Amino acid sequence: MTSKPKVSKAELAEQFRAFIDPDFVITDDETLRPYECDGLAMYREMPMLVVLPETVAQVQRVMRICREHEVPVVARGAGTGLCAGAMPHKDGVVLSLAKFNRILDIDPLARTARLQPGVRNLAISEEAARYGLYYGPDPSSQIACTIGGNVAENSGGVHCLKYGLTVHNLLSVQMVTADGERVTLGSDGLDVCGMDLLALITGSEGLLGVVTEVKVKLLPRPEVAQVIMAGFDSVEKAGDAVGGIIAHGIIPGGLEMMDSHAIIAADDFAGAGYPREAKALLLCEVDGTREEVHEHIAEAEAVFRKLGATSIRTSQSEEERALLWKGRKSAFPAVGRISPDYYCMDGTIPRRHLARVLLAMEAMSKEFGLRVANVFHAGDGNLHPLILFDANVPGEFERTEAFGSRILALCVDVGGCITGEHGVGVEKIRQMAVQFNDLELQQFHDVKAAFDPSGILNPGKGVPTLKFCQEYRSLEHSHNTQESTDASHG
Amino acid sequence: MADLTQQLQEQVLQARAQGQKLNIVGGGTKVFLGRAADPEAGTLSLAGHTGIVEYHPVELVMTVRAGTPIQDIEAALEEQGQALHFEPPRLGAASTIGGTLACNLSGPARPWSGSIRDQVLGIRLLNGKGEHLRFGGQVMKNVAGYDVSRLQAGAMGTLGVITEISLKVMPSPAATLTLVQDMAMDEAIAYMNRRAGEPKPLSGACWLDGRVYLRLSGARTAVEATAEQWGGEVLADGEDFWQRLRDLRHDFFADADAPLWRFSVNSTAPTPPLNGRWLIDWAGAQRWYLGRATLADLAPLAREAGGQVSLFRGGDRSGEVMHPQPEPLRAIQRRLKHAFDPDALFNPGRLYTWL
Repeated sequence: MTSKPKVSKAELAEQFRAFIDPDFVITDDETLRPYECDGLAMYREMPMLVVLPETVAQVQRVMRICREHEVPVVARGAGTGLCAGAMPHKDGVVLSLAKFNRILDIDPLARTARLQPGVRNLAISEEAARYGLYYGPDPSSQIACTIGGNVAENSGGVHCLKYGLTVHNLLSVQMVTADGERVTLGSDGLDVCGMDLLALITGSEGLLGVVTEVKVKLLPRPEVAQVIMAGFDSVEKAGDAVGGIIAHGIIPGGLEMMDSHAIIAADDFAGAGYPREAKALLLCEVDGTREEVHEHIAEAEAVFRKLGATSIRTSQSEEERALLWKGRKSAFPAVGRISPDYYCMDGTIPRRHLARVLLAMEAMSKEFGLRVANVFHAGDGNLHPLILFDANVPGEFERTEAFGSRILALCVDVGGCITGEHGVGVEKIRQMAVQFNDLELQQFHDVKAAFDPSGILNPGKGVPTLKFCQEYRSLEHSHNTQESTDASHG
Repeated sequence: MADLTQQLQEQVLQARAQGQKLNIVGGGTKVFLGRAADPEAGTLSLAGHTGIVEYHPVELVMTVRAGTPIQDIEAALEEQGQALHFEPPRLGAASTIGGTLACNLSGPARPWSGSIRDQVLGIRLLNGKGEHLRFGGQVMKNVAGYDVSRLQAGAMGTLGVITEISLKVMPSPAATLTLVQDMAMDEAIAYMNRRAGEPKPLSGACWLDGRVYLRLSGARTAVEATAEQWGGEVLADGEDFWQRLRDLRHDFFADADAPLWRFSVNSTAPTPPLNGRWLIDWAGAQRWYLGRATLADLAPLAREAGGQVSLFRGGDRSGEVMHPQPEPLRAIQRRLKHAFDPDALFNPGRLYTWL
């Protein structure tokens, strides 16, 4: 989809206004402006227009019109995504699902919630709380991000190792196809006959369809949760302690690691009482029945002590648990205070390579002349290096991107991947060529074409063209083979 | 323990060149599933493609060749105090991990521990062009590219030959205990759902022959405290009950020729008014039915119960055996089939007459 649309902006707007409240067919620059980016604001593009339908039938009509005129469609939830997956197409329509914000039904006996796609992640758990239930995946943007966007990105959170990602917590998704057809993938049962289309569209970044309704599973709220905070004088020891807990047969509800930069920034920000001298900090949350938590907390403390923890503190109340988590949960804004800008990466690695990866990152930090703080979903190997930079210094963002790119290549090198939970979007489309070969990328393009033959859904995202990849690989190769002392090249 | 990838790839390329269709076979213990295999097609055997490629207990990840028998995988895991939490049915000693994924089969713990589809982290796949491709990976979280790995669950080999699978594995529970009490079926369905809504270490909930069985697994103190709180008789050889349920070895499943229907439905739905026998598993979400019926009769009942039905075993396997698909989904699946297997080499007609 690179050719110019066959319809003018005015004609398209007129067609939409025939069935959508004209106030919600947005065409003026001033009102379009807030839609120009998602949570990754470095990437911006103004759309041709934005529509906010309020019924599924309207979404279907929007899709049919766009299909007819071959106009790109970018679906958008709350715009909190971190990979520019919801960045508009300059000749396209942004299809905002913001008006689909109702919780349609909660069934406490079946432990399910039926939701419109614009329902906020946290709102599900808040509503389910009256039945002693909650929704498992809790991305850090959960106060604002929507369930439709969570499906598009297969969002995770700090509790993934035990409770899974979005894909593990869905029952069904109603979706409007590129043809404007309404289909349901999945059912109220735990599986359906035939190939797993529900899994395929989860995490497909709006390239295969537009999600118009979601049914999720709800979980009983654990009786009790306690968190152990353990400080270590080296990253290696903390990494070994994570392995030690799991080898002991304990699957924590959450298991997070922070490095010394993140510890200090978070402690300054939240006053959580973190051990500021520690080189690495673990937060290990155990949840379940009273008896189970009692048993596992004692065992986990013993494991940490045996593996060289320099400090251990276990929450004795809900307030204390919230305080210990507050530092971790505010790590991103905390880092924002010590640097004008930061860039959050999202690679995953097999945990056994943690120390090696962090050491290599430290070396790169010196090479690029940029600081990096690390927060790490240690339980599931998902790294979030935060590269600190100043966008006002010419060339610094380009250097940051180059640094980030090297980190992701390193993740792939050690057997990991370029994105654990943020998605590819526009941001990581280059690195797709590092993780996949041309045959694999072509298979992705063929999958896309099976859903969207004319390529109108979120074009230019997720999967790079093969031509682009060849150019990128040869560029990277030439960069990697020259002994570079000039860190500013991109 | 052999890597037959190259041989398999050559066979696929040769079949493609000759216009020969291929039936993909692992241990051959699931031949009864799906529609009858095409007698004209050749056989692509994964039985020798076995072996654990990588296993890192501390990472909770194992990578295996697709023809590896489940029992070999479980033996290796047991040495490290770990297990496959989706409890794959062992329909015979030869049941393989590849076939289990292709058929998306999981055991009694499925509502709590997830299915095999949930535990798959990545695969390698030979597509219909003979290309050996890698999707997903060996890490818990990976959202780069479409989730082609999980797409294979239930596809019954129609999209390609799974050659290698990376799986999430989990520690075995420290303690397990089974509670049993007399209860009528409808009452038991409501009861199992209520129990599943409590934050307790439930790992199995089944109704059979007028009795409801609940399995508790986890920390010993938690299991014992919950058993005391919930009441009911402790089943002496509880684990045997669940193993027989998992492997479809209960008397209920004894007649291999009788049509066995599988309903996958809303766990709280009332059971359809049908003459015959029921076994309710997965706290109501999976219901086995033995009785005379046709797919056309049962499909509307399954839909009403919020789910789908399939003729799991026995009966007439020349027509459709899977729940009917609406036309837009058929169109998508036909195009997906074409995207992976453009010459329709693999398992022709095994899943649907039209695929």
